Amino acid sequence: MEFLSFLIRRILWSALVLVGLSMVIFFIARVVPGDPARMALGPRASAEQVAALQASLGLDRPLIEQYQLFLVGLSQGDLGRSLLTERAVNDDIRETFAATFELVCFTVFLAFSLGVPLGVVAAYWKDRWPDTAVRIFAILAAVTPSFFLALLLQLLAGYVLHILPTTGRLPHEMEFVAGTTGLMLIDSLLAGRLDVFGQALRHLLLPGIALAAATMGQMARITRASMIDVSRQDYIEAARAFGVPEFLRVTKYMLRPSFVPPLTIMGLEFASLIGGAFVVELVFAWPGMAAYGIRTILQKDLNAVMGVVMVSGAFFVMVNLLIDVLVGFVDPRVRIRGRR
Amino acid sequence: MSAVEPLSNAYQNWYRFSRNPTAVIGLGIVVLCILAAIFAPWITPYPDHVGAVVDFRSRHLPPSAEHWFGTDNVGRDILTRVIFGMRISLELAFVVLGIAIPVGTALGIIAGYFGGWTEVIIMRITDIALAIPPLVMALAVAAVLSPDLINSMLAIASLWWTWHTRLIYSITRQLRTQEFVEAAETLGASKFHILFREILPNCVSAIAVKTSLDCGFVILIGASLSFLGLGIQPPTPDLGTMVAQGAGFLPENWWQSIFPGCAILFLALGFNLLGDGLRDLFDVEDVR
Repeated sequence: MEFLSFLIRRILWSALVLVGLSMVIFFIARVVPGDPARMALGPRASAEQVAALQASLGLDRPLIEQYQLFLVGLSQGDLGRSLLTERAVNDDIRETFAATFELVCFTVFLAFSLGVPLGVVAAYWKDRWPDTAVRIFAILAAVTPSFFLALLLQLLAGYVLHILPTTGRLPHEMEFVAGTTGLMLIDSLLAGRLDVFGQALRHLLLPGIALAAATMGQMARITRASMIDVSRQDYIEAARAFGVPEFLRVTKYMLRPSFVPPLTIMGLEFASLIGGAFVVELVFAWPGMAAYGIRTILQKDLNAVMGVVMVSGAFFVMVNLLIDVLVGFVDPRVRIRGRR
Repeated sequence: MSAVEPLSNAYQNWYRFSRNPTAVIGLGIVVLCILAAIFAPWITPYPDHVGAVVDFRSRHLPPSAEHWFGTDNVGRDILTRVIFGMRISLELAFVVLGIAIPVGTALGIIAGYFGGWTEVIIMRITDIALAIPPLVMALAVAAVLSPDLINSMLAIASLWWTWHTRLIYSITRQLRTQEFVEAAETLGASKFHILFREILPNCVSAIAVKTSLDCGFVILIGASLSFLGLGIQPPTPDLGTMVAQGAGFLPENWWQSIFPGCAILFLALGFNLLGDGLRDLFDVEDVR
């Protein structure tokens, strides 16, 4: 019951954030720059052309009305038309978002599955050499610019190792159209195409590592700090006194309560992850939302840019909602007082 | 000089700080970079290579005694441009944080101390601003305005204050019920006095740690923006732009993008190590 009310509060709150987000984006796109139609058409367009485009975009109406239209469109999943591709923005984004989503999910998986164990190792051997090694590794991973790491990995794979592919999601000669989910890994398994699955995984590996490094470093550092915190608790000492086996003590009694900080930080890290995805996708020619976003930004295609920012923000809000619910599930105290 | 007193806090802190190798290395890197950035026009070997100089006879030269980091595709000295690039990166970080920290701190203290509707409004706006990835925001602003240094700074700063607001808010919430604050209230101190004379000094160590860590992250975001071609425009030597331009000449002329890339890493590493060291020193574990 109490969990249900927590859930409802969080969902309502996320909806409110999304409305706020839409206002911010609307403000940036419509109020700051002056005239989007003039910008899209360039300085040499005639006044009539500008006026016609203004009318078709609804720019000649009062701002409040424009915002209403924008909100109505948003609620129906309609982000307007892209001036660049001359298609509906949500079609463009739907096609490209799946690739970004797959990359980000894989990255989170990598960051969590490598970062948390590294943090545990560092905390267990605190102030000994494994700890030092992990800390140096984690800090280097956290401060290497993701585009630089991406370039280095590409160099390594393209010119030295020749094992891993450096661009795209699949080899050119491989014919496979992602179906229902748009995620290569899942669609290929559903279609029973193991060869495609293998290729998709190989293509994911380098962009995934480049994007995961920073988050993995943060995860390792936070897990370490949180494990050390927990290990000072009396009940851990009690467990030792009772002769609870070492492995069980570390994994069950120490790791489980240590999970909450990395999980919450993961949610916040998501913002930098989405930002990082823009850069990494560009380097690895990953056909995701970032490539689309940057192309439309350079063309001053405002509807598309607003769409990309809105979807990125909404993605972030959803992930944080999910994580809050997860944390509330793991840690009952959160349900009552709220995390923030 | 009264013999014992001056030895007290500052010296003790310095002693503890100097026993922490990561912190000292971090401080060393930061000081070195800042000095290099300030004195760039005098210490760089070819200060005129900052602009749009073209010297095709010396293009693509590998690292040597004359050009420690080699030269780029139009014959400019890379070491010179890397040092001037650090200058731009540091400017970016200082301006962004110069806006974000005062705004974020003031809002955080006010929200944490007054509570009620003030708190709800401020913290909800914070949460909304937090929902936009800074890099994406900077991209959007670069799209509607023209991509340049000032616009990137404003775009990043317009979101960065949120982190400081959250941090200061949570500290203020804890301090609000402490005796010294209640004492000041009982004595009839003004709200201004309580906020900025009683509570703020207790936030300083957390702000210092956060600032140091932030410098590194802002520099990384700025570099990413210019790597995408949406930040500082050439010929101004920006590290991210240099990596992007050099990427076309990999792997043969590796020095053109590897050295600027390493410079970004070096800057970010310095600020991170310093931040970690300060965190240990001030014992503020939950600042990230």
